[in-house]
Amino acid sequence: MDMRLIQQVEQLYMRKDSLPDFRPGDIVRVVTKYTEDDKEKEQVFEGVVIRRRGSGTSETFTVRRIGAHNVAVERTFFLHSPAIVRLEVVRRQKVRRARLYYLRELKGKAARLREDRARAEADKQRGRQLESRAIADEASEDSAQE
Amino acid sequence: MIKSIIGRKVGMTSIFTEDGQHTPVTVIQAGPCFVVQRKTVQKDGYSAVQLGYLPIRERKANKPMRGHFKKAGLPPMKFLCEFRIPDEINVEVGEEITVSSFKPGDIVKVTGTSKGRGFAGVMKRWGMSGQRDSHGSRYHRQPASLGPQGPQRVFKGHRMPGRYGGKTVTIRGLKVVGVDSENHLLLLKGSVPGWKGSIVKIQADKP
Repeated sequence: MDMRLIQQVEQLYMRKDSLPDFRPGDIVRVVTKYTEDDKEKEQVFEGVVIRRRGSGTSETFTVRRIGAHNVAVERTFFLHSPAIVRLEVVRRQKVRRARLYYLRELKGKAARLREDRARAEADKQRGRQLESRAIADEASEDSAQE
Repeated sequence: MIKSIIGRKVGMTSIFTEDGQHTPVTVIQAGPCFVVQRKTVQKDGYSAVQLGYLPIRERKANKPMRGHFKKAGLPPMKFLCEFRIPDEINVEVGEEITVSSFKPGDIVKVTGTSKGRGFAGVMKRWGMSGQRDSHGSRYHRQPASLGPQGPQRVFKGHRMPGRYGGKTVTIRGLKVVGVDSENHLLLLKGSVPGWKGSIVKIQADKP
C-alpha cells in the first residue's frame, strides 16, 4: 500500500514549530508540561543527549543526567510529543559515536565531554545574525513610519 | 447512516492524542462504499446490507455480476461484502457510505484474513515452549508428549503442527481515534488482522 498515506497521517501529528538542531553529546534543557490538580506545570530536565533514534512520529531522544545522591537518571522523550514545550541547547560537545552508552560506565570527571568549539562558534554567529536582522527589521519599520 | 464499511489496510504508525499520549494506530483506507442490495427478513429470511467497494470497468465483471449491479444502478465493483443490520433500519439501494459515518470515540470490530504462515511448527502455532537447545538435548522445537498412556490414542483436537494463519479473524473493541474524510482514512487504535493492502470489514461493535 501507499507509504505516502502513512507519512501524510504522521505529518498531522508532528510538531509544527521546529526544535533547535541537537546531536548526541550536546547538553540540552528539555522543558515539559504536565497537569497536576488541573493546573498546568512545567518541568525541566537537563542533561547529555546520549541517543537519537527513529523517524516520523516515533522519533525519540534520550537525555542522561546525574540526579540527587549521584544517581544517574535517563529519560527518553518523543521528539514530536506535544508535552515538550521548549528545548534549549546549553552546550555543544564533541563526540565520536552516535550512541553514548559508554557514559553509563563512567563516573565523575571521566564522564565529561569536550566542548565542540566549532559548532558553539557557529551557534554564536547564527545568533548574532538573527539579532542584527531583528535590529534591521526594527530600523526599517521605524523608517517606514517616518 | 449505517456504521459498516469495507476498506484496505494501509499500515501502522503512531500518533499523539489530545492529552499527549503516544498511541499505536492502524491506518485503513475505507470506502466510499455503495449499497448494492438490501436483504430483508420477509424476502431473504434475515436482514443485511450488501456493500460494494472499488468500482471496476464494465468488461472486467462477468455477466451475472453485471446484471446484479445493473439492478442497483451502480457500476460493477471489485469487492462485495454483507453486513447484518437490524430490519427496521432504512437504507436505500445505491446509497453511498463513507468514513464520515464514523467519528472518533466509536468502538468498532474489524474482520480480515490473518497473515498466512504456511505449515508451522508447534512453537509458532500454539506458543509451546519447546525443549532445551543444549545440554545434550536433541529434541528442540518439537511438541514432547502427546498424552497419557491411558487410552492408547491421541485425543481429538490435540495441538500439533499444521497450517497456520490465512483464516478469517475478527478483532473486537477497537477505538476510532481519527477520521479523514478527504482521503477516506480511518485511524483505529491497535492492530488489525492481515497484510498491508488486504481487505478488511469494519462495523460498529457493542461496547
